[in-house]
Amino acid sequence: MADTLSYLGVPLSRPRVAFFELTSCEGCQLQIFNNEASLLDFLSLVEIVNFREAMTEKSDDYEIAFIEGSISRRDEVEKLKKIRRQAKVLVALGSCACFGGVNRLRNRFHDLDWVKKEVYGDFPVDTAEVQPLEAQVPVDLKIYGCPIKKEEVERVISNLVLGKAVTPPEYPVCMECKAHENLCLYELGEPCLGPITRAGCDAWCPDNRRGCWGCRGPAEEANVKELEKIMRRYHFSREIIIDRLECFGGFAAYVDKLRAPGRHTHG
Amino acid sequence: MIFKVFKKKELAALYELLAVNAVVGPVRKGTDRHNQPLNDFARVYSFADLALDYSTTVHSPKRFVLPYRKDLARFTVNEQKWRKETDLDTERPVVFFGMHACDINALNKLDKVLAESVYPVSSYIRKRRNMFIIGLNCRPSPQCFCRSMGTDSVLHGYDMFLTDLGDKYFAEISSVTAFNFLQQIKCRDPGPGDERQYEAVTAEKTARFTTEVDTSDLTKILDLEFYSPAWDRWGRKCLSCGTCANVCPTCYCYGVEESVDLNLQEAHKTRFLYSCNLHDFAKVAGGHNFRPLASTRLKYRYYHKHRGFVEAFEESLCVGCGRCGAACLAGITPPEVIADVRGKKKCVHGREEKHDE
Repeated sequence: MADTLSYLGVPLSRPRVAFFELTSCEGCQLQIFNNEASLLDFLSLVEIVNFREAMTEKSDDYEIAFIEGSISRRDEVEKLKKIRRQAKVLVALGSCACFGGVNRLRNRFHDLDWVKKEVYGDFPVDTAEVQPLEAQVPVDLKIYGCPIKKEEVERVISNLVLGKAVTPPEYPVCMECKAHENLCLYELGEPCLGPITRAGCDAWCPDNRRGCWGCRGPAEEANVKELEKIMRRYHFSREIIIDRLECFGGFAAYVDKLRAPGRHTHG
Repeated sequence: MIFKVFKKKELAALYELLAVNAVVGPVRKGTDRHNQPLNDFARVYSFADLALDYSTTVHSPKRFVLPYRKDLARFTVNEQKWRKETDLDTERPVVFFGMHACDINALNKLDKVLAESVYPVSSYIRKRRNMFIIGLNCRPSPQCFCRSMGTDSVLHGYDMFLTDLGDKYFAEISSVTAFNFLQQIKCRDPGPGDERQYEAVTAEKTARFTTEVDTSDLTKILDLEFYSPAWDRWGRKCLSCGTCANVCPTCYCYGVEESVDLNLQEAHKTRFLYSCNLHDFAKVAGGHNFRPLASTRLKYRYYHKHRGFVEAFEESLCVGCGRCGAACLAGITPPEVIADVRGKKKCVHGREEKHDE
């Protein structure tokens, strides 16, 4: 690993980077170690000083903090605030950090005590409504996806090192799906959130003939109302629509509007 | 124009003669939920793979001359120097086997912008010059309104154009290369019977069109209807997903991005096709967006196709293939939008399904 970096003779500094997790499956962090072909180049751009899933050494002297996971306990708020005080750049890594993720499904139950009793029985745990990072601290950058796409992280890192702007696509997944000349999943009889979900995944699921579940959240302009009409026209039930929109938390605001009052599963 | 007639089985022989080159043609790509075939253009490796009875393909043949993503330049970077390499895409010839008139007309329109304008695109021109096109007469489907756009027949831009006369093909020859190839299969000059048959087939095709667009005075009407509530009606439906532009055979708008590889030793300048319906299409430095509304973006797409291009080149940029309307999940179709802007309700046959809310 090179100690000094340069591009066209201009010296660049290797940012000190730390990875943390809150409530999550830690799969996004695992993604960081995918793409073996470019892994060494990736690691030589940054100096990782804290990464529980990958190394023993721990340092609290970092500039960029990547945080996976959502907030679901009070102690996580404290942990998050401490990281925010240290990090110059705080990056929300993956759908849980950006929107609450799958964990957020818990919020559909209004009566949390009932949930705790169902899941943990007589062993009480400290748990609260699931929140994305930005509900508690300012977030500088979001990397969407469940899991994140390594190629996108590579782009983000090289842009951060080079001092270039980092901008996720504003358009929806359809744009990437059509560029791959896939047949539209609606034509094949499957529901898909591609028309309203932010692109950047390179149409990962539709490429494999699986309809989009919206893990990257809404595109800059997401015409959810029209897609709801379209899904009904293709004979997909209201429950299918709500399930898809609710799964990764990115469309929570729309789900609240869709779900008629008093239709909560419990509580 | 030279005309020839040959028996149907001779087409396979013609294919074999041409197949020393890469062949692209219509193939069955799948079936939709109503068990109807879905076709697309693809590299073909056997005459049997061609689906010559195809109705309009889902995607246009555009990507073969204008790929969705293409590196315009590659840079090798070291300590103090950089070197630029440009791949001019000097490709081997590609034979297009069975392209409908609308798509050939679309390529002719793209030529006006990408080959004959002040700033010709070299990679496009090289691909165009290396094409051998066998056109094929079609049977219009309900989505087609090419007749309204004057693109149901094509005058140039192909080497050979075939019309199916039952047990034989009627061939219009428009290049020396095509003539020379036909010398190598069994064909003859058409007799009066063939000519009557050809006329009957084309008349029957014309009678099959069910969808129309009134294009009379359209440039002026679009000018007058700039503030028409019709734009808002269709804009509310628009998903701003760019699907219409991606399937369109003539949408050529693109963006360019520069990226540096992770090893900091290589960089790329990449062109990617974009769509005027996407939210940030008219976003400029500083963050201002000139067209933040879907209705405005949709309107300007119609303005480019049916007004701006007409004023520049005296012809519309739309060839009436109907792909955008067929691919649009929200059911936004040019015949309906234009009729609405003109203040008329339009019933488009075969598309009721998308409007039975």
